[in-house]
Amino acid sequence: MKFSLSWLKQYLETDAGIDAIAAKLNAIGLEVEGVEDPAEKLAGFRVARVLTTARHPDADKLQVLSVDTGEGGPLQVVCGAPNARAGMIGVLGLPGATVPANGMVLRKSAIRGVESNGMMCSTRELELGEDHDGIIELPDDAPVGTDFAQYHGADPVIDVAITPNRPDCMGLYGIARDVAAAGLGTLKPIEALEIEGTFPCPVEIRIEDAEGCPAFYGRVIRGVKNGPSPQWLQDRLKSAGQRPISALVDATNYVMLAYGRPAHAYDLAKLNGAIVARRAGEGESVVALNEKTYTLDAEMTVIADQSGVHDIAGIMGGARSGCGDDTTDILLEIAYFDPERIARTGRKLNLTSDARGRFERGIDPNFLDTGLAHLTKLIQTLCGGEASEVARVGAAPATPKIVHFAPSLVEKLGGVTVSPAEQQRILESLGFSVVASEEHGAPSWAVTVPGWRPDVDGAPDLVEEVVRIHGLDKVESVPLPRAEGVARPTATPAQTLERRVRRAAAARGLLEAVTWSFLPEAAAQAFAEGDLWVLANPISEDMKAMRPSLLPGLLMAARRNLDRGASSLRLFEVGRRYLRGAGGASDERLTLGLVLAGEKTPRGWATGKAAAFDAYDAKAEVVALLAEAGAPVDKLQVMGEAGPQFHPGQSATLRLGPKTVLARFGMLHPRLAKQFDVEGAVAVAEIHLDAIPARKGAASFARVSYAPPPLQAVTRDFAFLVPAALPAGDLVRVVQGADKANIVATRLFDDFRGQGVPEGQKSLALEVTLQPLEKSYKDEDLKAISEKVTAAAAKLGAVLRG
Amino acid sequence: MLDIDQVIAQIDGAETLEALEALRIQYLGKQGSISGLLKTLGGMSPEQRQVEGPKIQTLREGATAAIAARKDALETAVLDARLASETIDLSLPAPTAPRGSVHPISQVMDELAEIFADLGFAVATGPEIEDDWHNFTALNMPESHPARAMHDTFYFPDRNDDGREMLLRTHTSPVQIRTMLKQGAPLRIVAPGRVYRSDSDATHTPMFHQIEGLVIDKGIHLGHLKWTLEAFLKAFFERDDIVLRLRPSYFPFTEPSVEVDVGYANAGGRRVVGGSGDAPGHAWMEVLGSGMVNRHVIEAGGIDPEEWQGFAFGIGVDRLAMLKYGMDDLRAFFDGDVRWASHYGFSALDVPTLSGGVGTPV
Repeated sequence: MKFSLSWLKQYLETDAGIDAIAAKLNAIGLEVEGVEDPAEKLAGFRVARVLTTARHPDADKLQVLSVDTGEGGPLQVVCGAPNARAGMIGVLGLPGATVPANGMVLRKSAIRGVESNGMMCSTRELELGEDHDGIIELPDDAPVGTDFAQYHGADPVIDVAITPNRPDCMGLYGIARDVAAAGLGTLKPIEALEIEGTFPCPVEIRIEDAEGCPAFYGRVIRGVKNGPSPQWLQDRLKSAGQRPISALVDATNYVMLAYGRPAHAYDLAKLNGAIVARRAGEGESVVALNEKTYTLDAEMTVIADQSGVHDIAGIMGGARSGCGDDTTDILLEIAYFDPERIARTGRKLNLTSDARGRFERGIDPNFLDTGLAHLTKLIQTLCGGEASEVARVGAAPATPKIVHFAPSLVEKLGGVTVSPAEQQRILESLGFSVVASEEHGAPSWAVTVPGWRPDVDGAPDLVEEVVRIHGLDKVESVPLPRAEGVARPTATPAQTLERRVRRAAAARGLLEAVTWSFLPEAAAQAFAEGDLWVLANPISEDMKAMRPSLLPGLLMAARRNLDRGASSLRLFEVGRRYLRGAGGASDERLTLGLVLAGEKTPRGWATGKAAAFDAYDAKAEVVALLAEAGAPVDKLQVMGEAGPQFHPGQSATLRLGPKTVLARFGMLHPRLAKQFDVEGAVAVAEIHLDAIPARKGAASFARVSYAPPPLQAVTRDFAFLVPAALPAGDLVRVVQGADKANIVATRLFDDFRGQGVPEGQKSLALEVTLQPLEKSYKDEDLKAISEKVTAAAAKLGAVLRG
Repeated sequence: MLDIDQVIAQIDGAETLEALEALRIQYLGKQGSISGLLKTLGGMSPEQRQVEGPKIQTLREGATAAIAARKDALETAVLDARLASETIDLSLPAPTAPRGSVHPISQVMDELAEIFADLGFAVATGPEIEDDWHNFTALNMPESHPARAMHDTFYFPDRNDDGREMLLRTHTSPVQIRTMLKQGAPLRIVAPGRVYRSDSDATHTPMFHQIEGLVIDKGIHLGHLKWTLEAFLKAFFERDDIVLRLRPSYFPFTEPSVEVDVGYANAGGRRVVGGSGDAPGHAWMEVLGSGMVNRHVIEAGGIDPEEWQGFAFGIGVDRLAMLKYGMDDLRAFFDGDVRWASHYGFSALDVPTLSGGVGTPV
């Protein structure tokens, strides 16, 4: 809501200046978004008298003026205006001043060889009007030497953000009321105007949709003369950011801006028969004043006549019956529309307007008659005409709301002490009326809410009124009670897990990315497990489907980095993937994704050529991070079915039991590498953090007791011939399990095929660590263990190599 | 009789370990000349032995010591020569390990959790794909409420089994409702997470991060809210000169509602939080929205508003991170640019702690 200071002062008797008013507006919750002071724009422009004029020696259209600025000697100024003449008073821009219209900084210069010490200005140059035919001519009594801003009465404009609960402040009078209540002046009363009609309203008004339009007051004014509105009105509308159109339209806009009361003027000549507030027919359409066509439905209230819809009720008038220059008779409409219906209709049509903004927030139901009277008076003043009697159909819901309020609540909720007398003063100055009584010995008030405050419906609302007018700055800080002792841990297990794996990944050299939760649909589809969540109103096609995996977003980030010339990428992200859950809800699972692309190691003086990432790099990260996450890493099985996104021969899952997949990793399928436009070998992995089993029972700090064994461990090497297709991990697992009392570790150190190994087989070499407990191993002990190892391996078809 | 000085000079003059060994054998070997002298002692009279014995012993000890010393010297020279031949260029680069980093949002989330843990706030979470009841209706924004339109909501075409419209949460406030319904009163929680608005320009991204705070207890009022926000901002920015300006505002889920500005100074084109916004060279900047929880919201959370009251606040985490650590482009947060991540990211070891200071200085 924008308005000029002088307009505000029409309703507010105050000596306060612009700065004090702006500060007060902020303090009471009317946030000042900007103050535009034209005096600043007009700095350096001065009222000056042209003393003499002479022809410019080298230019026919220029004159050389001698100008009196009120101080010092006359200045020589070159001027091209045809109306410049000796004796006139105009506006001189001095060197250093900035011309508002074009931002040009004036300076002393030579124009066609003649010195010029400033510029005589037109109204357009000073953004005071459109006239550019000549320089400004001021009256003869204009005081030469005064700042033009001061002479002109520069009127600052304030821009205030109105919160959606304050329809009253969408009229300037409501703002004035708030400022006055806060002690910055006196509110001038609205004149209780009544304008008698001289003839009955000739148009029949009917309400067929009493729910959507409970009240419709109308009156005709005959014999008006439309045209441009006077300067003062145009200035005010401009200060409010409105474009002046014609006197009739400007008058309705003025009443809306002044009192927050939308109204509409129909050109009577364009109406046909009775005016009806009714529901639109399904599919009925109307061309609105913005010249767009809207298709309506049966939930929308319209104003129509026999020929069809004129007006989308409370939102926008129709193009068909708007007032123009040739309008002579008008029908004024002041109605009350149901806020919810206006909001729904506006949302469905995606149509915003000043009227909608006010109606959907709630209009004062008691201001129909007064509003209509003020509008009538203004139109008659501007355009003349003869007013009919008012046709009043229906009634606005004007039962006053009464809120029971204990003044002690201000301290209880607001944390500030305000005397009951001051509370009463504040409420009454805002238009509430207070009937004080007592209940159980404590004051209990019945507070009647004024019609212009539909937002107030409970005692806490009144606390807000009192506190904001009293001053939020008077609320003192009070420490929140603290639990005894040292603060307790508060993080959830999921949060602890997330933090741990994040820092573990960063410690392992991975860079954390945060990527969008939404993806292009095709990118999401490539990783979908079941139905995706797809937005109905995405901001763009690139941000449409919720990610079912963290990998597509990371692959897209990888591509952007590679495009920028990055040679090596280790990216990870910890976040949710979005799946379908029970009952139509979402199932959002904590996940870690990582992408390894480009060079694993660059070429080096010691290492030779650059090396690429492979699936084992992804496995290394996954195993290390799962270990940090507390997963039982030694119990996990490497299995297949990583998914179609992976290279089928170079990918795997890590599972706890056959069903629970904790992670999948491997090389990206070349088809996806192509889809995501990432070149070269790309290793990826995804850890399902949500699938890691939680610790059972309460946290316990004491570890299982342990003392390092006094005897030294011994190692024995075994080499087995096994079928080439046997996963090495299977062999390691059976060997590890061959003698649990003695074998503490099994490490595979060789996988060999070729000379000496039969076709279709491979040689796997294992180093087995044995830990004696009571006494050192004898030869027969070691022999027995070796036999167990060999026997266990034999079950997988492994033959000990000689 | 051998002359000791001559023998020692000869030993000291040995050029190689082999020459030294030859001398050792020459003097001290089984057939060596000093060994021979020792053998003559047996044939001497006691008187003669008294005279010759010490001389021969001195000779033997002198030769032995000289050989040992010379051997040590020669060995050292050989080792030195070998080591000299093994010299490498240590200005060559050593193998490097890649340096990882933690995203500033994660870091700041951890900082916030640390601060609020000290104030006794537990962590709560909720879904990002919400229904309109939790996101709006329960927060005192019925269907036709104009504030709904101001939220620029992303909708899904789906409805859940209760017939509620599914959407992306526009704020972390639905977690208030979920937590109240689950845990009842009293409550002291923070709810961090991603939120979404259909809004995109230089300073807005369609996804951003918020942290919600909620206190429900008896006798909680605006003064407690003010103190909590001051305490939090002072701890977060690690400055005691934080000045807040509370302005009345409007949020459907709080009553009274308070918008909070913090004073800052413009220093070299950057905003530095601290001082009063009214001081010279200073201004106010909006940092968060808050208020006393609306009684309709407490009711929707299944708690009796006659008995319990409290406050709530919501803060943009991304903006806090930018203010504290000096990033000036919000969009870069979500690009995954490794150059940006390396520059603005944090070491895995920068774990925020109260004892070490929650922030990580440059």
